[in-house]
Amino acid sequence: MTPTDNEARLKPLMLATLAGDQRAYRALLGELRAHLNRYYARRLNNPAAADDLVQETLMAIHTRRLTYDPTQPFTAWFHAIARYKLIDHFRRSKLRATLPLEDDAAIFAGDDAGDATARMDIDTVLSTLPDRPAALIREVKIEGASIAEAASRVGMSETAAKVAIHRGLKALAARFTGGAK
Amino acid sequence: MSDDLLDRLSAEAAPVPPSRLAMLLAGILVIGAVIAAIVMIPWLGLRPDLMAATGTMIFWWKFAYTALFTAAAFIGVERMSRPGGSIRLPITLVFALVAFAGVLGIIQLLMMPPEMARPLVMGSTALLCPFYIAALSIPVYAVTILLMRRLAPTNLALAGFAAGLLAGAAASWVYAFHCDESGMPFLAIWYTTGILISAVGGAIVGRWALRW
Repeated sequence: MTPTDNEARLKPLMLATLAGDQRAYRALLGELRAHLNRYYARRLNNPAAADDLVQETLMAIHTRRLTYDPTQPFTAWFHAIARYKLIDHFRRSKLRATLPLEDDAAIFAGDDAGDATARMDIDTVLSTLPDRPAALIREVKIEGASIAEAASRVGMSETAAKVAIHRGLKALAARFTGGAK
Repeated sequence: MSDDLLDRLSAEAAPVPPSRLAMLLAGILVIGAVIAAIVMIPWLGLRPDLMAATGTMIFWWKFAYTALFTAAAFIGVERMSRPGGSIRLPITLVFALVAFAGVLGIIQLLMMPPEMARPLVMGSTALLCPFYIAALSIPVYAVTILLMRRLAPTNLALAGFAAGLLAGAAASWVYAFHCDESGMPFLAIWYTTGILISAVGGAIVGRWALRW
């Protein structure tokens, strides 16, 4: 089918539709659906979205058929609506696609007030432990030093440091879970 | 898309006369102009010498200029409400109209003594006039947009521009019943400025307000 064939076949159907001919309109809608199925399937790799667009476009053609000017080619009018709906779809799905990125940004955005409060809480909690286990836990668990480094800095063996950290965390856990475990 | 739905849609095929769109738009334009008048009369009032003014040339120049501007913009909205519509013809008409008013303004300036130039160009309300026209255009724009959202504009910025042009032109026609300026240059400069402010505002708002 060449574009001229389409125009020659579809335009009389549209003119009959605007005159109130229901059978011509049903035939026209069937043809337009077939065109739209191909049009959107070729441009989207998402069959569900393509289906939705076909339906949306046919509804738009129905409710906005008064915007067709009978002195102009029908296929141009039809194509302009199909294209508008495609662009509209891209605009809307682009907005959706950026939402997860915005969520990430919110996670990584530093909340300075929150950080400061958290630091103060940790200081308070660690102050309830003896000095050396507190220093070990701070270096290893918070600042990310290796156990060997931290142990040498406080003057303990690596094994003793491990035990001290373990006991310290256990003591904190017991205190802050109300001693339930 | 099921056959069912196509059957239901086709059962709704009622005759649509080719003039339907223009009739709807004309109705909206009348409603918009009436609202603009309802806003203007208590706010700015009609000019007190309205009856006497209808006997002057400049009153009818203002009337004709704003009416023709409205007609050109009407064609613009009618075209831009259709998919793939072109705004070229109405824009050409607007340019011709503004050029014509500009030439008349220059002729008047040349014919009058030089000390009349300032009153003819600036009048006493030069900066207020575009502001009032833009303000009065808002209700006309709103009702025009409400209609266009149910039509099928595909270039939303240009369709919004056309709607703003129509709203500004109709508002300036209403405003001419308040305005007692009598310079042709004043009309060509400040009325046109007011209408263009409405048109640019209309294009900006239309980009999202016209989505369908």
